[in-house]
Amino acid sequence: MSSATIGDPVRPVQYLQAQMRWRWPEIVFWLATLLPFVLTPSYLILASQIAITALFALSLDLILGFCGIVSLGHAAYFGLGAYTAGLLSKWGWGEPLTGLMLAALTAGLFGFLTSFIIARFRHLALIMITLGIGLVLQEAANSAGWITGGFDGLQGIHTWPILGRFRFDLYGYTDYGYSLAGLFLIFLIARRLVHSPFGLALCGIRDNVERMPAIGASTHAHIQTIYTIAAIIAGIAGAMLAQTSETVSLETLGFQRSADVLVMLILGGTGRLYGGLIGAAVYMVARDQFSGLNPQYWYFWIGLLLIAVVMLLPNGILGGLSLLTRRAKAAS
Amino acid sequence: MPPVFGVLFDGVAYGMVLFLMSVGLSVTLGMMNFVNLAHCSFAMLGGFVTVTLINAFGWPFFATLPAAFIAAALASVVLERIFFRRFYNASELEQCLLTIGIVFVSIAAAAYIYGTDQQLVQLPAYLRGSIDFEGLNFAVYRLFLIAIALLITVALVVMVETTRFGAQVRAAVNNQRMARGLGINVDGLFAVTFALGSGLAGLGGALAIEIVGLDPSFALTYLIYVLIVVSVGGLGSISGSFAAAMLLGVSDVAGKYYVPAIGAFLIYLVMIVLLMWRPSGLFGRR
Amino acid sequence: MSENALATRGLNKSFGSLVVAADVELNLPQGVRYALIGPNGAGKTTLINLITGMLRPDAGRIILGDDDITALPPEQRVRLGLVRTYQINSLFPHLTALESVTLAVCERRRVAQTWWRQLTAYSQEIDEAHDILSALTLAPVCHRLTRELGYGQQRLVEIALALATRPKVLLLDEPAAGVPREESRELFAAIAGLSRDITVLFIEHDMDIVFRFATRVIVMVGGRVLLEGTPPEIAADPRVRAVYLGKARHESVS
Repeated sequence: MSSATIGDPVRPVQYLQAQMRWRWPEIVFWLATLLPFVLTPSYLILASQIAITALFALSLDLILGFCGIVSLGHAAYFGLGAYTAGLLSKWGWGEPLTGLMLAALTAGLFGFLTSFIIARFRHLALIMITLGIGLVLQEAANSAGWITGGFDGLQGIHTWPILGRFRFDLYGYTDYGYSLAGLFLIFLIARRLVHSPFGLALCGIRDNVERMPAIGASTHAHIQTIYTIAAIIAGIAGAMLAQTSETVSLETLGFQRSADVLVMLILGGTGRLYGGLIGAAVYMVARDQFSGLNPQYWYFWIGLLLIAVVMLLPNGILGGLSLLTRRAKAAS
Repeated sequence: MPPVFGVLFDGVAYGMVLFLMSVGLSVTLGMMNFVNLAHCSFAMLGGFVTVTLINAFGWPFFATLPAAFIAAALASVVLERIFFRRFYNASELEQCLLTIGIVFVSIAAAAYIYGTDQQLVQLPAYLRGSIDFEGLNFAVYRLFLIAIALLITVALVVMVETTRFGAQVRAAVNNQRMARGLGINVDGLFAVTFALGSGLAGLGGALAIEIVGLDPSFALTYLIYVLIVVSVGGLGSISGSFAAAMLLGVSDVAGKYYVPAIGAFLIYLVMIVLLMWRPSGLFGRR
Repeated sequence: MSENALATRGLNKSFGSLVVAADVELNLPQGVRYALIGPNGAGKTTLINLITGMLRPDAGRIILGDDDITALPPEQRVRLGLVRTYQINSLFPHLTALESVTLAVCERRRVAQTWWRQLTAYSQEIDEAHDILSALTLAPVCHRLTRELGYGQQRLVEIALALATRPKVLLLDEPAAGVPREESRELFAAIAGLSRDITVLFIEHDMDIVFRFATRVIVMVGGRVLLEGTPPEIAADPRVRAVYLGKARHESVS
């Protein structure tokens, strides 16, 4: 078995390895996430919320950017995770790490069950079904006010210190440390997944789902796996929100949240892992800056932004950047 | 007379309004595969046109209906020219995002101009009140609504089945490429159909004020119902939209009457189950 | 029955009143190269869709070797060794040629569900994919995105994908379609180089190719098998000439 053809000095495996290596912009990015601790300590609570939302956007990227599943109801798993962690705490067990695990389990189970439906449909039917699942859960949560607290949301959540030492307080150091650590660890897992044979299969599904059975792939199994994983991650993000903000309301599983995360991901650029992170950061910083604004006006500008992005920058910020760098390279 | 007839009556009236708002989207989706989530913004526009004309300009209710139709149709032509036609070959995701953006803008604009409260209109005297029949109350307005909607439905069916225009529409929905090959100007056809469908949505929005109310979130709230009607009824099918709208209207009213705790829950479940059974809709192409 | 690599019995399929397959009976012995010819609309691609499971027949059976595969889903037929290529390239535009073929190899080796190990740990699979591409002279461009390759090269990737699944029976749907003359040499070399272990059925319109590669020819018209024979027999048959009346004529070269 030849491992290299004549005149080809680099083995294909080595070439692929070079492709998957950590690039310096990535390292810069993650170092930069530490900056809020020193530069803007008064914004650590906001930074924590950004990290949580970025994690949520990352989970959507896995199914949308890497597998082509358009979901208008992904918040269902986020909210499910939030309510699980919130209820656990409300009922007396406020330990955060076990709360995360339980939330991951619940969201993952629901994701697994719904994935049987998701895997079987495409196009409009699929979009509608994802919307429907989100709406069903939202309505159910609304009706079951005796568990969820209904419109007012869950009260009485108190999160215990992590490992008995790090308390969640108004300064936000623990909040941001917690959510950033969660984001980074799960990002590492997602990055590995994307560079695995499974990641390749997902791209195959996204590029040409009809061809997949013709090379012997069982697309249903692949889709169900990634959808469950994405649901688990979304559930973890939701649980983190519940634990750090110590509130959970109906909007955590509402259509608005599903639409918002979709906007963030598109803004940043799908299928690049970092798109959701960047989109979330840009969106939430902007929203914080304009928070004095009437919510109507906010949605006016978001609507315009969405139209502009789709018309001018369909691959989002990261897509635009990579286009610029390619043009710069070609010109030089 | 048992109350179920009253429930049926109200459900049918609601279903008629849903049909008017949905039929345009169903046909344009079936013809061009363009996912226009902003469709209910046109319905909302029709509603607000009626409100403005009645409250600010003192127009009689009847006269505002054609105005609502025309305003929505015109708005759709403008949007189609400027934005939509560049996205006919784009991915579903991009179409969703573009039109969601337009929905957001329209909601914000409506809230800015009209505020967020419910809009109220005074109906003409002959449309108010109700008729007593066999122990049940039948609202005059709903009778009127059903009558108008049936008239329009019949007109639509006649147009689609007997006119040349209708035949071309059916051909284009059935097989766009073949229709082009036969020399049908599908793009022009689509523009006209789109305007017609949006106009009907505007009319539906105007008629809906009295039975479901109108506020800036209308474009999003009723989008969900319209999408349910369209996906359950089948893309490109007028009869499918009609059947689905009736089904949805009656289920919603019946659900809220008999089991109020469930609320809209039932509708979404019904939709999911129906879509799983027939992914291209009850009457859609396979 | 096991001397046949692939067989169909009484295959029938209609769309309403349009009959696309009528009592199609095939017997392909192992290792033979069969050409399937016939006018447009004769049902040739439909037959491939029926055999591979993309279309469900109204009646009939499909037998691969000793196994009745009529009820199996498409991906399972592929795993049993029944593979097809597409008349119009159906590839993965945003994957490189190497990635595409590696994916097919990974699927075959059932490792495509592992998400916790890096792709680069699977050097056997990557090397196998690279070998397949090298044999098709695609090694220099294997790291280019599929959509950036020339049409002829993409056609070769189409074949590479099929070969990566280690087929026992290979169905080629007009392999040379759309490939300009200058680029078709590698393609024909690839077809000629197919191992004798693989049974090949290819749809073709170009009689030169049929004469070059096929040992037997099947003629289909209107969903039915008209006749079967060696290329010279088919070319000399008056019924075949009548069917192709108006098309470019190829006199048999004896």
